[in-house]
Amino acid sequence: MKKSEVPQDNGRVFEKGSRELYYAVDENGEYTTALSTGWDAKNIVQDHTMQEIQERIDKARADVQAGLASPIVYFMELRRMDWQIVSDYTGIWKWRIKRHAKPAVFAKLKDKILARYADTFEISVAELKNYRGDSCN
Amino acid sequence: MQLDFEHHITAHCENGVASNLLKNKGLHISEPMVFGIGSGLFYVYLPFLKVNHAPGLSYRPAPGWIFNRMAKRLGIQIKRQKFSNKEKAQRVLDENLRNNIPSGLQVGVYHLPYFPEDYRFHFNAHNLVVYGKEDNEYLISDPTMETVHRLTEEQLEKVRFAKGVLAPKGHIYYPVYIPQDIDWEKAITKAIKKTCNDMLAPVPIVGVRGMRMVARAIRKWPSKVGVKKANYYLAQMVRMQEEIGTGGGGFRYIYSAFLQEAGKKINNPQLLELSEEMTKIGDLWRDFAVEASRVYKKRSNQEDVYKKLSDDLLHLADLEEVFFKKLKKAV
Repeated sequence: MKKSEVPQDNGRVFEKGSRELYYAVDENGEYTTALSTGWDAKNIVQDHTMQEIQERIDKARADVQAGLASPIVYFMELRRMDWQIVSDYTGIWKWRIKRHAKPAVFAKLKDKILARYADTFEISVAELKNYRGDSCN
Repeated sequence: MQLDFEHHITAHCENGVASNLLKNKGLHISEPMVFGIGSGLFYVYLPFLKVNHAPGLSYRPAPGWIFNRMAKRLGIQIKRQKFSNKEKAQRVLDENLRNNIPSGLQVGVYHLPYFPEDYRFHFNAHNLVVYGKEDNEYLISDPTMETVHRLTEEQLEKVRFAKGVLAPKGHIYYPVYIPQDIDWEKAITKAIKKTCNDMLAPVPIVGVRGMRMVARAIRKWPSKVGVKKANYYLAQMVRMQEEIGTGGGGFRYIYSAFLQEAGKKINNPQLLELSEEMTKIGDLWRDFAVEASRVYKKRSNQEDVYKKLSDDLLHLADLEEVFFKKLKKAV
């Protein structure tokens, strides 16, 4: 890529006040560096990814509302985690977390266990317990 | 307290931290040189490992390897430490700062407040330098950022002890010895050979063979997992390629810059020619990303698009196979 071709299609990094460094060739064929504000190809796949993540969150929310899943599933998606990551943060085995994802099992959990989830999701135990599938948070 | 440390933005975090730490110790080494001598160019496909709900793909060796290999080849010694105790991790860092040692840290990006929301995933192989502490805030030089940042003690502890795949466990590292005389020619030759062997490895999931395996998989995605999931997989692939570790085009350009610098340093004009060739391959990787991004604009003929992408990737694999065979002979 030539230095003059380094894309300047404002992207997410630029919105947050930074730019990205590229290695590119100058007029004499020598390698040099240039800053880029972003690139359309990346913005497009990034937007698509964010859209998919939002869909996962929306689905989890609907499942909690319908009584099909416990709030753990919603907050797991909201924090972009999967079962393994929740397990690593809470120190609870994956198969137990999957059980806790059932509303009936979740309702019986002690505060001590709930606190480990709440910590992981960076919310209070009350917020976790009382989440009913509403759109705030 | 603020140590005498100069922040430079780089294209990739691990190269950047290594280059910035070594410059600080008086060894002037560019990012491409770190990347090249650390044999940073790589390709591995891990279909059985799901990352962010998509098949795993990596364009670089495991975290820490680039710096380690480079250090070994140049005779530099690095001290590395991991912790199970968070207080101890902070004590060691504070002690380092008191002793005037800017320190590299491996961190998770999910909790980094200065990162854009779109980049905050549970990715734990990011690197940054801490170069001071003021009012209980750490001074942070993140080489992928244009300017320096600050993190509170709590914020830094959180990213140092992020959980999940490749958990950093407070990992801290810094160079402790840099030799007076460095045999650049030997280091460069060895590093290039290693990269060629990696990319031409007789392993189905590694190097150009790995690329071919991915190409074959892409072709089947729409019929095998459905268009929606295929589009998501593809988005993750392009993100890994051009974003997270700047793996595809980005890495090819850094490697070209390395070949140019190395060719001049050890007086090997063949490397200069090969640098030009790799730049062209880098351009094609970027064309691949542009082609892939079209999937999200047009909804028609999805199967054809995936076929085309598969062919493009096979073509890239062929070009790189020829390229690395030539490169191997040039050193």
